Amino acid sequence: MREVTIRKQRIKKDSVKFRLILFGTLAVLLIVCSFFSEYLTPCDPYLQDLSIAKQPPDAEHLLGTDRYGRDMLSRVIVGSRTSIFSTLLLVAIITALGTAVGVVCGWNGKALDTVLMRISDLFLAFPGLVFALAVAGVLGGGLQNAIIALAAISWPKYARLARSQTLAQKETAWMKAAKLSGSSTVKLIFKHILPNIIGPILVTSMLDIGTMMMELAALSFLGLGAKPPIAEWGSMMSDTRSLMTTSPWITFSPGIAIFISVMIFNLLGDTIRDYADPKSRGR
Amino acid sequence: MEPILKVENLTKVFSRSGQEDFTAVNSIRFSLNPGECLGIIGESGSGKTTAVNMITRLLDATEGSILLDGEEITHLKGRELRKVYRKMQMVFQTPTDSFDPRRTLGDGIGESLRNIGMSRKETREEVERLLGKCGLPADFADRYPHQVSGGQCQRAAIARALAVKPRLLICDEATSALDVTVQKEILELLNELRSQQGNSLSILFICHDISLVQQFCDRVLVMYHGSIVEEGVPDDVIGHPQNEYTQRLIDSIL
Amino acid sequence: MEELLRYDHVDISYNGFLAVKDVSFTLEPGEILGIVGESGCGKSTLIKAAMGLLGSAGMVTRGDIWYKGKNLPDLSAKELRRLNGPELGMIFQSAGSSFCPIRTIGAQLYETMTEHEKTSKAEFLDRAMELLGKLGFEDGKRVLGSYPFELSGGMQQRVGIAAAMLLNPSVLLADEPTSALDVSVQKQVVEEMLLVRETFGTAILLVAHNIGVIGAMADKVLVMKNGEAVEYGDTRQVLGSPQAAYTRQLLSAVPRLRRA
Repeated sequence: MREVTIRKQRIKKDSVKFRLILFGTLAVLLIVCSFFSEYLTPCDPYLQDLSIAKQPPDAEHLLGTDRYGRDMLSRVIVGSRTSIFSTLLLVAIITALGTAVGVVCGWNGKALDTVLMRISDLFLAFPGLVFALAVAGVLGGGLQNAIIALAAISWPKYARLARSQTLAQKETAWMKAAKLSGSSTVKLIFKHILPNIIGPILVTSMLDIGTMMMELAALSFLGLGAKPPIAEWGSMMSDTRSLMTTSPWITFSPGIAIFISVMIFNLLGDTIRDYADPKSRGR
Repeated sequence: MEPILKVENLTKVFSRSGQEDFTAVNSIRFSLNPGECLGIIGESGSGKTTAVNMITRLLDATEGSILLDGEEITHLKGRELRKVYRKMQMVFQTPTDSFDPRRTLGDGIGESLRNIGMSRKETREEVERLLGKCGLPADFADRYPHQVSGGQCQRAAIARALAVKPRLLICDEATSALDVTVQKEILELLNELRSQQGNSLSILFICHDISLVQQFCDRVLVMYHGSIVEEGVPDDVIGHPQNEYTQRLIDSIL
Repeated sequence: MEELLRYDHVDISYNGFLAVKDVSFTLEPGEILGIVGESGCGKSTLIKAAMGLLGSAGMVTRGDIWYKGKNLPDLSAKELRRLNGPELGMIFQSAGSSFCPIRTIGAQLYETMTEHEKTSKAEFLDRAMELLGKLGFEDGKRVLGSYPFELSGGMQQRVGIAAAMLLNPSVLLADEPTSALDVSVQKQVVEEMLLVRETFGTAILLVAHNIGVIGAMADKVLVMKNGEAVEYGDTRQVLGSPQAAYTRQLLSAVPRLRRA
């Protein structure tokens, strides 16, 4: 009798979990560091010493010093607090606001839906940063106003997402079953709709952390965000852009800090999306 | 004997701007007596699901009236409507989709009990009793819908529907997504419930499989293009169909 | 008679999970073999293996699938693609969704054909019209000129069969071709497939959970449960006097119409 062919199958390992742990830990580490940033600095970030101004990186000042002789490493560490926390605050605001509007629109339908969605279209139609510039211009500079400006243009994305998710959930059999179980509208929304739509929304907001950090930095860079001497990455870059050719480390240190944190949050967002969607698992 | 469900001239017209109005259900009338099992048969697009959605008030009727246990429920809203759902429950076509994927089967079955003010502990006990009645072990209350098979999930769905002790149970294609052997088990369960509860449980059985209706129902309505084209005892309808469509339907059974 | 397709002790795994265990059968020219079983029994996986549609996670881990002297699991994706169409045709559960919604049926059929052989538009039209005529379409021109959504579900399915037949394959693999359809339409599609066999002598590997469809079409039946073949034989014999306990259980669960 002829031999039966045997083929070996290589079984792919699921690496999503590993990535989730890795990037999750990095993100938590970043947030914890920024929270305790004051205690982590090797030198006083606000201490000026003009005798050591614009020194290139060396053993004592790992990232060199800026034009007032302040230690760059310390300033980058302290700056993380403003940058990361204002970003997280901003993302939290737009997520909550957008989701609330989206769920109300999706659930209610009719005229309210039309009105709110047209308003969100209005905000979506503006080129984002230009509108933020205008708002920040009207309200004046400052970190708080920069957050308000960015929140104003960023919520419609979440409203659209939450609305379409709500519409999809409303049609499911389990929503009908829950209605037949005699649950009130409030219960239906909080017990069934929100838990089921929050996944994709959270993933979007994780992916947005990077973008928002960049945009906050951009506003600060243009002088409409954090004001000196507060250490904030965007404004640190903007203040020192004239020194780019002579002392590049002063501009690059906060730049690299932005790059690294944006990357961590983006990768975490990607990973959470993969984790939440079983179909994309094990690719 | 007063019918448990009485439907009069029920009509649903879907109108969209720029399109012709579409009459999904065209002035149907029927009644369901206590303890009776009434089948509604028809192919996709015949309007049977639309009719059921109107009866359960998940969809507003364009015209006509629905009387449940003598009470007009066609236009009830909010709290009044929620009270109606203590008398009327439904089992859906796709068992797994009829439970919230993020909640346990026990949560789903107990939801109606919690809503009528039963304590957490009492609810749990009642859920376990209901599961047992539907042939599932008590620990299924802690499982999630994707952790159980389709047949087990449909048993849980029946347990959920029975939780409030409804007088009317609507089965909307409740067995058509299941494998035949599982379908048989579910029908056996439904039959058992009927013989236990006698006149206190009436069933409206929506189905596209006429041989299933013949096995299970006391009376059958044939729907075609939104209208009821034939009504009668299944054996009579199948043996001597009066309507051309019914004839065609029977002829195409392989 | 020489066999066309032979499954020889086939095991199929998805990421290490054995979905099909040691299944063997043969398909002769012009034969219709029905594979029946409940959801998750591996019946669809069996024919996906022949088409190379198992995806990246699935693989034939043991055994051979012989087609005209070629061992399908050992062929490269490119060689398989050359076979798919002119040799092995496929019919899906919903042909409607396998057509592109924004182009006419005719344009899509033409594209399918030119991918495998050089044909002029006129030549294609002649052949398509002839085929549609043979398959009992009353107005072939209208079918070719319409968009998928303009056809009813049953019509889409029949067009799907015609599309598979355009390249004149010797085997049709049909995965639940009637289960998305209403009963009255189901019968038309069954008749269409029988007509294909009668006209072209095409062998059909038919996967279905509906035993009525199998009984009406198949010459031989393979009953599957949990990835294993539990019974294999002539349709009349298997459905009439089933040997395996599972087949008996399956048949007794099928609701039958009592005609007066």
